[in-house]
This record gives sequence, C-alpha cells and structure tokens, in this order.
Amino acid sequence: MGHYSLFSLLKNALTGNRHWTPAWRFPEPKARYDTVIVGGGGHGLSTAYYLAKEHGITNVAVVEKGYLGSGNVGRNTTIIRSNYLMPANTHFYEHSLKLWEGLEQDINYNAMVSQRGVLNLCHSDGQRDAYARRGNAMRLAGVDAELLDREQVRAMVPGLNMDNARFPIKGGLLQRRGGTVRHDAVAWGYARAADRRGVDLLQNTEVIGIRVEGGRVRGVETTRGFIAANRVGLACAGNTSRVAAMAGLRLPIESHVLQAFVSEGVKPMIDTVVTFGAGHFYVSQSDKGGLVFGGDIDGYNSYAQRGGMPIVRHVMEEALQLFPAMSRLRYLRQWGGIMDMSMDGSPIIDRTPIDGLFLNGGWCYGGFKATPASGWCFAHTIATGEPHRLNAGFRLDRFGTGRLVDEKGAGAQPNLH
Amino acid sequence: MLIPCPYCGERGADEFTVIGAADPMRPEPDAPMEAWVEYVHVRDNAFGPHRELWHHVHGCRQWLVVTRDTRTHAVHGAEAARR
Repeated sequence: MGHYSLFSLLKNALTGNRHWTPAWRFPEPKARYDTVIVGGGGHGLSTAYYLAKEHGITNVAVVEKGYLGSGNVGRNTTIIRSNYLMPANTHFYEHSLKLWEGLEQDINYNAMVSQRGVLNLCHSDGQRDAYARRGNAMRLAGVDAELLDREQVRAMVPGLNMDNARFPIKGGLLQRRGGTVRHDAVAWGYARAADRRGVDLLQNTEVIGIRVEGGRVRGVETTRGFIAANRVGLACAGNTSRVAAMAGLRLPIESHVLQAFVSEGVKPMIDTVVTFGAGHFYVSQSDKGGLVFGGDIDGYNSYAQRGGMPIVRHVMEEALQLFPAMSRLRYLRQWGGIMDMSMDGSPIIDRTPIDGLFLNGGWCYGGFKATPASGWCFAHTIATGEPHRLNAGFRLDRFGTGRLVDEKGAGAQPNLH
Repeated sequence: MLIPCPYCGERGADEFTVIGAADPMRPEPDAPMEAWVEYVHVRDNAFGPHRELWHHVHGCRQWLVVTRDTRTHAVHGAEAARR
C-alpha cells in the first residue's frame, strides 16, 4: 500500500502490475476505540480522515453495514459548488470547495476533480434579480460568481433551447470554480487515506444498538459484537433517524427518495453543469460521455432505493425542453438514493443531548458537494466537543430556537426543499 | 404507485400531492413551546407502515390518510381525512 505517483505507476507497469497491494486493510474489530464513526460513506470516511490528520486521533473505527461507499456517495450526480445565499451555507460550502481544490494532493488519490463551472439559468426578470442578489452575496463572502446575459449563455452552452415560449432563457449565474468530481473515487480516496493513518474500516458490520449509560455513550452494539468507544459519531445519511433512535433521539428529519439518471455515451455535448431555473433539473456530461442528470425528490417518505415513474417522466420533460437534442438519446440507467431531508433544508453537524454522541445528518440533496467540509467540521466537533465556526449555524437545537437556515424559504416542509 | 381514493377508486400517485405524516396533532395555541417544536419539526420518520396525508389535488380534491410502507411503497389503504 505505497504512495501513488508517476514513479509507482511506471514501476508497476514494468513489473507486469503484479505487485499492487489492496488500497486498505480488512481489520478485525478491536474491543475499544477512542472514536467510532457509524457510516462508511463519504461523510463518515472523510470524518475519520480529518480526525486523524487534523486532530491526531487515529484510534478510530468506521463501522459500515455494507461495503464502503455503498450509499449516496455513489448515487449522486457528482456536482460540487458553493453558490449559496445564506451566510451559514456560503462559508461552509466555500470551505468545502477549497478542500475539493486541494483534495487529490492531500489524499494522494485521483478523484477527477473537474472545475468545469456550474451555470444556473434564469427565465424571468425577477429570477435574474434574485440571482444578482445571490451572486453579490457570494462575492461579498469571497466566492466567485458571474452574472451572464442571454448571449453569453448562448455562446457558452450551444445546445440550449433559448426561446421556449413559457420559460425563455434570460441569462444565468455562473460559478466557474464549481464542477464535478468522480464520486466513487471520493469514498475510495478518503478510505485509503484514513486507513494509511491507522483508522480501522470495518465493513459488513451493522450497528444494531447504541449503548448509553447515565446519559453518556459507551459504545455500539454491532453484528460483530460490542465495540466500546468514548465518542460515537453518526454519519448515516438516509438512515440517520433509525440509527439515532437506537439512542432514543427523535430528529427533525424525514427520509425521501431522489432519483438520478445516466444516458448512453455520446460525443462531447455539455462541457459544464447546467441547471434549469424554472423547474428542478441539473445535467452534466461524464468523461465516458453519458449525460448525468436529475430532478426533484419523489415527495413521499421512503427508505426504498428506487422511485416512481411520474418523476422519471417529469425529469425527462425538463431535459427535453432545455436540450431538445436529448430527445435522440436513450437513457441507460436510473437509480434512487435515500435523502435525510431536514425540516429547514440545511444540515446538522453538532453534539447531541447524550454526552459523547455526535450527529452529522439532514443533508437533503446537498450532501455530496459537502463531503470534505462535512468531515472536516464533524471531526473538529468530535475532537473538541464544540462546533467549529463553520458549522456553528448547523446546530441541532436551531429548530427550537428559531435560528433556521432555510435557503429556499419553504418552511418546515421537507419535500419542498 | 396507485392510491385507493375512497371517492374515486384507484388513481395514479401523480394525481396527488403529499404533505407528510398524518399523526402529529396541532397543539393548543397556549401549549408550551416544546409541544410546538415537536409538532412543526420533529418526525418519527417511520421505517415501515406510515400514515400520511395525501391530497387528491387533480381529482376530487379531498384530503386522505394513506397508510403506506416506506420500505416497499406498498399502499395498505386510504381513508378520508375528516374526523
């Protein structure tokens, strides 16, 4: 398990690629760890990595019921951006984008970070004003943003239908530093980097209970026995409510299904990320040539990792109105992931009322782009017992104190965020 | 997914909107703040059968309580939301 470099590539190529070693170990669980992270997806693995790297806490286990990266980190549309309006979100997601920019050198893994830009289209004068406001808020926070007029959009994305009778394209808000990342490689890269720093990655190990004594967490019961820990961090995405319930917690979260789609591969067609402003639709093109796109959640509570046909049809209709040329494409596959939709549309990274138990959840469908900062802030919160300035807005008690971070202004209605 | 509307019979789910859990009850106006936070924000987020409010907005416009399994999307029944 050496360092990946041009030299290691050449050396292994010249020796017939017979000496590559596994990217991480498959250890037996120890009886006790300083910290146990529940959930071996992007957020759990990045938390473990930053605990080791930033805080020197290496006696850490990541407990995962399936295989690493088997959940939403491999089920999203791979978009990264930091084009938010609310201050808590702007600074947090900008930190994430900065970590993405240095990620591959940091974890010594090719995650194919591609800053191809994210373009939000606007379709009315009012929407353009709202985008100008958001762009200004971003620039005041030190984030890049450009307001494009109609002709600039036309020149940048030639395939767009500019003159739809109902939703003509009036311009767009562009964040050039946004883009896409090879999502599975994020999980693998963080897993390998955490493992190299001594973190135990325990796959096929399901948490079936959380032991709490005298208001303090003592460890987790798993399908491979009890694992003692002083601190337990939950990063369970769609199953957050279920795992937190093992410790008696009830959360401001509903689980919903979000679908995503990939078309057959075609020649280069869209070299950026485009979002439709009059509905909910976003599309980019993978390096293999497939168009990767998605839309809204189905709208009803779900733990089934599949959705229904009405949303499939709705997403296809949006695709065709934006890019008429997509009518010639066949779509290759479609899947669903379970989103932990919080009641204000923003995440929770915080302590819980139980000593030593920490919560990372409520990611709605913004979880992938947040992966580095989520782990970074969660590691800080676990290591110091207090949230970092960057996740101070994402407290669990904000739903009681009224300090909500409602980016959309949709109220306590998860299927509208 | 088909919703068995008691007024219209089995209809496709795309005729409906869904608002979420049916069981949280609005507290009295002078109830303590905790009761309101619980009502507005906290959910059981059931893994299994779930009672939820659906509105037949493109049909008879009646509110229904639908019991549906969140693991499989199997619909076990629907009744009028009137009490």
